[in-house]
Amino acid sequence: MIPTIPQSRPFRFAYSAYVILFFLYLALPLLVVTVFAFNDSQFPSLPWEGFTWNWFFGDSAPMIGVFHERPILRAIGTSAFIGAAVSLLAVAVGVSNAFLFTRHKFRGRGLLYVLMLLPLVIPGIVLGISILVFSSTVANSVWDSMKWDLEVLRPGLTLVILGQFSFIATIATLVISARLQKFDQTLEEAALNLGATRLTAVRTITIPYLAPAMVGAFVVAFLMSFENFNTTLMLVGSDAPLTIAMFDRLKEGSTPLLNAVSLLLMLGSSCLALIMIAFQRRD
Amino acid sequence: MTPDLECIDLTKRFGDTTAVKEVSFSVPPGSFFSILGPSGCGKTTIMRMIAGFLQPTSGDILIKGKSVLDVAPNKRPVNMVFQHLALFPMMNVADNIGYGLRRAGLPKAEITRKVGEVLDRIGLPGIGHRRVDELSGGQKQRVAIARCMVLEPDVLLLDEPLGALDLKLRERMKIELKALQADFDTTFVYITHDQSEALVMSDQIAVMNNGRFEQMGTARDLYYRPQTPFVAGFVGDSNRWSGRVERAEGDTLELRTENGLLIRGQAHGRALAPGSSAEIFVRPEAVRLSRNEGDLSAFDNRMSCRVTSLLFNAAASRVLVRDAESDGEIEVSLPQSGEFDGLSRGDEVHIGWSGDQANCFPAGAG
Amino acid sequence: MREGTRIGFILLVTPLLLWLTLLIVIPHIDMLLISLRERVGVGEYQFSAANYLTFLQEPLYLWTFLRTAVMSVTATLITLLVAFPVAYYIAKMAKGRVKSLLFLLCLVPFWVSELVRTFGWMILLRETGIVSSLLQYLGLVDGPVEMLYNDAAIMTGLVYTSMLFMVVPLITTLGSLDDAVIEAGYDLGGSGPSILREIIIPHAMPGIVSGCIVVFMLSLGNYLTPTMLGGKDSLWFTELIYSQFIVRFNWELGAAFGFVLLFLSSFIVWAMLRLTGQTLEKTMG
Repeated sequence: MIPTIPQSRPFRFAYSAYVILFFLYLALPLLVVTVFAFNDSQFPSLPWEGFTWNWFFGDSAPMIGVFHERPILRAIGTSAFIGAAVSLLAVAVGVSNAFLFTRHKFRGRGLLYVLMLLPLVIPGIVLGISILVFSSTVANSVWDSMKWDLEVLRPGLTLVILGQFSFIATIATLVISARLQKFDQTLEEAALNLGATRLTAVRTITIPYLAPAMVGAFVVAFLMSFENFNTTLMLVGSDAPLTIAMFDRLKEGSTPLLNAVSLLLMLGSSCLALIMIAFQRRD
Repeated sequence: MTPDLECIDLTKRFGDTTAVKEVSFSVPPGSFFSILGPSGCGKTTIMRMIAGFLQPTSGDILIKGKSVLDVAPNKRPVNMVFQHLALFPMMNVADNIGYGLRRAGLPKAEITRKVGEVLDRIGLPGIGHRRVDELSGGQKQRVAIARCMVLEPDVLLLDEPLGALDLKLRERMKIELKALQADFDTTFVYITHDQSEALVMSDQIAVMNNGRFEQMGTARDLYYRPQTPFVAGFVGDSNRWSGRVERAEGDTLELRTENGLLIRGQAHGRALAPGSSAEIFVRPEAVRLSRNEGDLSAFDNRMSCRVTSLLFNAAASRVLVRDAESDGEIEVSLPQSGEFDGLSRGDEVHIGWSGDQANCFPAGAG
Repeated sequence: MREGTRIGFILLVTPLLLWLTLLIVIPHIDMLLISLRERVGVGEYQFSAANYLTFLQEPLYLWTFLRTAVMSVTATLITLLVAFPVAYYIAKMAKGRVKSLLFLLCLVPFWVSELVRTFGWMILLRETGIVSSLLQYLGLVDGPVEMLYNDAAIMTGLVYTSMLFMVVPLITTLGSLDDAVIEAGYDLGGSGPSILREIIIPHAMPGIVSGCIVVFMLSLGNYLTPTMLGGKDSLWFTELIYSQFIVRFNWELGAAFGFVLLFLSSFIVWAMLRLTGQTLEKTMG
């Protein structure tokens, strides 16, 4: 079953057909979302009523396009802010963890490593509620003892950021560790030998080497944060990020406006992914 | 007797490049046949065609007289020891060896018996339960051979299996492989780029270059009577000159090299008329080294030289000398009989060789 | 340890410990404590297992729980069966540019939010959707067909959403299998199915396990797909948790549900690792 082993023609044909069908299955939902963003109708479904840009640029009811729809624009802004904050935190902690796990041998290392992996196997919704429960326990006891209302610990942006960070940090750690493990440590030794201090050696040699992984981890973290739903759902306050805002609308019934937003999302994430690939290829 | 393996006008093209050009050979039963050639000469392609992983562009492959072109690789009566052995890492030694027997549908008890027997034969009894990655390099080697031999194939193909071993082990495995082949009495087809592996083990060797067989013969034939300049250069070491034929008397030639040296040599039946250009090969070990000229009177090529450098390498030690006449460098074997213990750079020595030992080829003949 | 190394170590270990204790360990302990208490008056609680008893005694809760578990296992198996041939094709059959192109194509849908993917399936499957219209156009059915709001729709969505997390680990492990090993299998008389069983699948086991773990986790903890494709009565366990927390504000029972879910997922992950002799570090790291 590799090209060097002769296979019967029907078998090869059936196999190729299966692979093609699989990719059709992958593409289908995205294609229909895209196509119906341009349907001149109130509903994202057949019949096809003609082509329109109104769901992007329309400025009068009933066809208000994405670029004139305030709540959606604000939700995109919120998502971007959360994404940036989560990614920055996750990459910073990820780099620190990568150095800790690849460079230091200490007691409890194995245990900490397993603990670090755990967020990946905890359902997102459980992560969400546990943080919700704990933060209100803290907020309540602060209120009881000091009569301070700690607004940050009530559902809202801070909790969403912390909740998403709690598992995205694991992914950032894994991505960055993978590259740090491949780093030839004699390069750092060479830098020391040429007169650098330990910190300068890390700053001028190791960090530039890690840069592609850091950018990669940042982009992945940003995308994961942007599209996170489960954890966010439990922690969200009045400022809904995009996925939650779209979900609320979808429950009320869908218009091609949602297709238009979705198409913009697809374009946005494809651009990010392309930037990441380009950055890594340059290396 | 029908040969175990016969290839007729075997040709393989990949797009525009021809990897194997009309190669024909036959391997008699129970012999050790080697294909020797530099990497990229097409020897692996031949092996993969025999095993069934490549379909020849034209030509035929016969095993025990029957064409196997239409036989799938898993049905061919040949087995292969892969370059990196390809032992199954997910199985222990016994399961590796028993793999083919299980495929043949043998009963469990018989598989166990046969696996035990073959482990005894390769001198590794009782290691059946071990994992593959717990074995040493030499043990893996033997298990890979046992895995094939237990199926009693008509032909065993070996694709440079010694390449990954270190030097000492490789030397030992050469002898061991030859012994295993005699013990199993099976036809081995062995491909390698290492001439010493081929020379030590084989009954017959084919030297391959650029998709063609240059010469086929015993190790001695190839060494003493190379038929092409490529074989002369590839098998063993040689001093090499280009020159022009000045006189020819039958096969005995007198040639003048480009740097002005006069050499007497042998054409061994090749067409070399006076005036034609030729290539001359003389092995370092065919050259006699002496401190006084009188010892060399039996040789028809004689010259006096100065030692330029000593290349000590135990039994394979050489000395580089520069001859007074042409100022060219010649490599000469250094006998380890004690006679030249005191030899040092700058010493004056005499060298000589018989014209019989100077193989001459028409220039540009491959 | 030298003084400098020691300070470096402390600087590196602090963020890790803060993250793991404040966001993972303590919140889960707190959740466990809350799930183990019962409200006996206004602002008064006592330690009890009442929430867990409620879970066991209420058939709807137990039924939803079992159903979610079984559906998630099924979705995982279907994903594995669908993904394996494709991953094998990309890893072993395709070469060069085609290979990287196919791999990239596999990733594309997952740069897009799950919400968008699910929305796409809604447009396809609903009563006024593409598939229904197509069937009517072809004359296979008389009127519109509703294909949303049933288990098959949930399954389609779950399999679609998790596909990447199965395909990528499979491609990675299958890609590391040397072609010569497969050829050796054929050379020794093996046929397609026997090589698949004895060589390819054992080799791919780490990838199969890590893919299955992730897909199972994602299905079990999914809220969006069952809600949107399965409708109001989709009976998914995460919906129970959501309604206890957000709608009924019964955090004690919600926390108990959360723990039951966590317990089930940990148990299945542990059992899978155990059965196949893998470790979490090897499959996830």
